[in-house]
Amino acid sequence: MGARAVSLLQRSGALVALVAAIVVGAMRYYDFLTAENLLNVLRQNSMLGLVALGMTFVILTGGIDLSVGSLVAVAGVVAARLSPAGSLVALVCGIAAAALLGLVNGVLISKVRIQPFIVTLAMMIAARGAALAATSEQSVSLGAAASGLAWLGRGDVGGLPVPVLLLLLAYLVGWVALRYTRFGRYVFAIGDSEEAARLMGLPADRIVMATYALSGALAGLAGVILTARLGAGQPVAATGWELDAIAAVVVGGTLLSGGQGGAGSTLIGVLLLGVIFNLFNLEGTITPWWQWVMRGAFLLVVVVVQGRLQRREAHG
Amino acid sequence: MAQSLGLEPARRAPAAAPASLRRHLPGPQYAALGALVVLVVANAVFTPHFASTSNLWNVLLQVSTVVLAAVGMTLVIATGGIDLSVGSVMACAGAVAAVLLERGTVLAVIAALAVATLIGVVNGTLIATMRVQPIVVTLATLIAGRGIAQVISHDGELVTISDPAFMQLGRGYAGPVPVQVLIALAAVAVALFLLRSTPFGRYVLAAGGNPAAARLAGVPVPRTIMTVYAASGLLAGIAGLIVASRLGASDAAKIGQNMELDAIAAVVVGGTALSGGRATIVGTVIGALIMQVIATSFNMLLVPYAWSLALKAAIILVAVYLQRPRRV
Repeated sequence: MGARAVSLLQRSGALVALVAAIVVGAMRYYDFLTAENLLNVLRQNSMLGLVALGMTFVILTGGIDLSVGSLVAVAGVVAARLSPAGSLVALVCGIAAAALLGLVNGVLISKVRIQPFIVTLAMMIAARGAALAATSEQSVSLGAAASGLAWLGRGDVGGLPVPVLLLLLAYLVGWVALRYTRFGRYVFAIGDSEEAARLMGLPADRIVMATYALSGALAGLAGVILTARLGAGQPVAATGWELDAIAAVVVGGTLLSGGQGGAGSTLIGVLLLGVIFNLFNLEGTITPWWQWVMRGAFLLVVVVVQGRLQRREAHG
Repeated sequence: MAQSLGLEPARRAPAAAPASLRRHLPGPQYAALGALVVLVVANAVFTPHFASTSNLWNVLLQVSTVVLAAVGMTLVIATGGIDLSVGSVMACAGAVAAVLLERGTVLAVIAALAVATLIGVVNGTLIATMRVQPIVVTLATLIAGRGIAQVISHDGELVTISDPAFMQLGRGYAGPVPVQVLIALAAVAVALFLLRSTPFGRYVLAAGGNPAAARLAGVPVPRTIMTVYAASGLLAGIAGLIVASRLGASDAAKIGQNMELDAIAAVVVGGTALSGGRATIVGTVIGALIMQVIATSFNMLLVPYAWSLALKAAIILVAVYLQRPRRV
């Protein structure tokens, strides 16, 4: 019974915290539980959410992707550069560029066998350099022809902002892929034990490459949306997003050691961090610096509690 | 490749750690040293004014803070950990010193280093006793530490420093030698001594090579891990003081930004494996010098900053590739 409660808490602790945060918000702030505010939270976190989804796949295989922030910038710059050729070209090429760099990560990790931390650290530096070099360190304005991109960033479908719609769609697809497809099973198997997965004959190399390419592609989509929202591609955009994405994944309950977690957990993690930020802002008296302190402290508390629960589960 | 052979015993059994200590001498750090020599010679030939005394002192001066952080990082990585918080710790130390300087130089410096060490102790405690992954713990202190530095400096203000004694840290000279270079050298010497000639050094390598076996062999693994993170915090704190003194101000947003990346790059280029169980302080110094020589020469040749980033990334990858463990 106790073990079961612990296991439940381990799996849905973030959900409990999210519900608690929403209840506190609803009771304390008049403006919190309005459609406008909630949509705002979703819209502001949609791009980070996409990045965190890709990060989830990577972390589930036991890897890590530090390059996502730089890939967001690369995709944003590529999309802005190509926007005179039309919105669709800009969107596709932006995503493709980031996915390709993600694939390079995957190849170096699975075929050349360099640690994910190092490969993606190098890619983080190099891709940021490429974005800066390609733009001479200036931001690139969107072409006038790119009305489709404007819709991507600011439009809505039946009251739902397009970025939010894309976020929800991506998570739905990600959740189905992890739960109900062979690819998803393989991802978990590799995260549990890559050696065992290989011995069972799973195409581990291909799966690992696919997860990094996917992480790149989702970062690319986030980058194109960011450019569409800002009206310009900025080579310095999304600095530090890799940290926010990792935090969201970990807070959601996906283990950094791989093999445990999922897309739903990460969405809850993203929303939890987003709602907490929103509450800080509604409170209005907490300076951004204190928000950083609290964010770090919150992340620490979550991982410590998670570690405890996990060990109890393992023993009990 | 002889250097990869030295890796296997150290990874398997901590008992082999002393042997690997001896064996790591003709290891990858010679490859790194070779690369450094090639770089310096090429620059002396092709880059105008590179081989001037003032420029060479300048390289050493600029590299000293990276060396300080990277020496701590080497110890942490040798235990199989990582410390992402060093940049934020630097900012915290700078902020504490700047705010307290009017009450006395010594007090300010001691308080700043105490805060820096304390953050390291927090990292170490959570990692050693709560067994949370180092990357998450230090990610959290990276985020929180930057916020703390801003809060300390009167909510994100630039706190200027005018204390003449404190200014010696980043601007003073002892003869021809900048004070900060001496400090970095002292840190390197102490770390070398600790790693090579004390039980603590053996413990560090044993804890990184195989923690379970180390524990069974009576190595105080948690205490060792706490100590390396505390040392990393202290060294980052010293680096933060030097940068604040150089700037003449505590800039909580800028000091130490991305230092974790530079330090990790110096460590891995120098030949310390991220998997733990090995450490080469000399290699780390060479790694830091390689990165600095590239940055300086690209600067002098007016190559855009962006390209130096690309080359940095390539060097990290190649260095790690050459040192990667072979699959058995």
